[in-house]
Amino acid sequence: MLRWIVWRDLMLAWRRRADMLSTVFFFVIVVSLFPLGIGPETQLLRTIAPGVVWVAALLASMLSLGRLFANDYQDGTLEQLLLTPQPLFLVVLGKTLAHWIVAELPLVLIAPLVGVQFDLRRETLWILFASLLLGTPVLSLIGSIGAALTLGLRGGGVLISILVLPLYIPALIFGAGAVEASIMGSSPSAHLSLLGAFAIVSLLFSPWATAAALRISLE
Amino acid sequence: MRGDRRLFSGLDFAVPAGTFVQLTGPNGSGKTSLLRILCGLLPPAEGDVTWEGANIRSLGEEYVAAVTYLGHRHGIKDELSAIENLRITNALNGVDVSKDKAHGALEQMGLAGRESLPARLLSEGQRRRVALARLLVCNTKLWLLDEVLTSLDKSAVALVRSLIENHLDGGGIAIVATHQELELAAGRTKRLELTT
Repeated sequence: MLRWIVWRDLMLAWRRRADMLSTVFFFVIVVSLFPLGIGPETQLLRTIAPGVVWVAALLASMLSLGRLFANDYQDGTLEQLLLTPQPLFLVVLGKTLAHWIVAELPLVLIAPLVGVQFDLRRETLWILFASLLLGTPVLSLIGSIGAALTLGLRGGGVLISILVLPLYIPALIFGAGAVEASIMGSSPSAHLSLLGAFAIVSLLFSPWATAAALRISLE
Repeated sequence: MRGDRRLFSGLDFAVPAGTFVQLTGPNGSGKTSLLRILCGLLPPAEGDVTWEGANIRSLGEEYVAAVTYLGHRHGIKDELSAIENLRITNALNGVDVSKDKAHGALEQMGLAGRESLPARLLSEGQRRRVALARLLVCNTKLWLLDEVLTSLDKSAVALVRSLIENHLDGGGIAIVATHQELELAAGRTKRLELTT
């Protein structure tokens, strides 16, 4: 069942590739603006790199969150999904997984490439990749709660940022912290394990919260 | 209850198997709300909905598996083709529909040759037909249909009528909100009129 939902959402995303690409381009452009604006001061660039890449990833994932449930809501498929004989949190989990694959995974994959502009060493680029790989599921999972809560509201796009961005802060701190530690030459494993713990906790709780929020939004 | 407004109260009815209930009433009288309460999307402000003697809240997924609800938004994905729409919706409901069976159902709904077109290229009535094709392949007992006859032509309405008749013959129940008359064989139609 989970497989079908993921497959359905991936197929829908594939039919609307432009949406997916715009998120990736947004990420690449925002990250690239900083080296262009600051100039070739490698020391400064290296210092700001973790924060810049991570903040850009947060903003890029905000862009795609609005679409997580809104399209299904408008054409009535969301109420059909609610009426399938399976726990709603599984439906939510499937949709969130598909959202992560479509909207977040490309960012994770391209991050080491855009990180090169900040004069990061190879090990640091790997840590950047790893921190995003652990951290972006958190963004999708927590973001899904916000997307469900703001469903059908006017100005939901702005509201979702206000609602969700503060909840992203722990992921931002530990994610960027891991990369920073690697730049300083110390071990990033403490940051990464905290990030992993955060991912597991949000995996356990957010599908339920999202399911409850969806039920309220669809009443 | 919608907002602060009480749409209806004192509503008490039982629907035996093999019955067709036509839900009528002026716009805004609560037909859609009643259907949404019956399918479990909307909790009633007061009272219970029971299915085979048990509250639908406690039955949960067991009840959902016995119901097909078609809302006035058809639940058709524009990006998917007719056949993909049909097969995916059914797969999510735990009914595996083979390609041949899906083709057959769409053909019966008069969509032969248009199965693989993206649904956004279909007309409103054709999309409605795609949604209705689900009734041919699902094997649920209770059908809740909300304004499904809008934008359908005469032949499609006749098709829906025969679909419902077959469903009733098999011991099913259909509760349909509609302004149009669905002239079913006498004796099995119950009318439920909501007033404002």
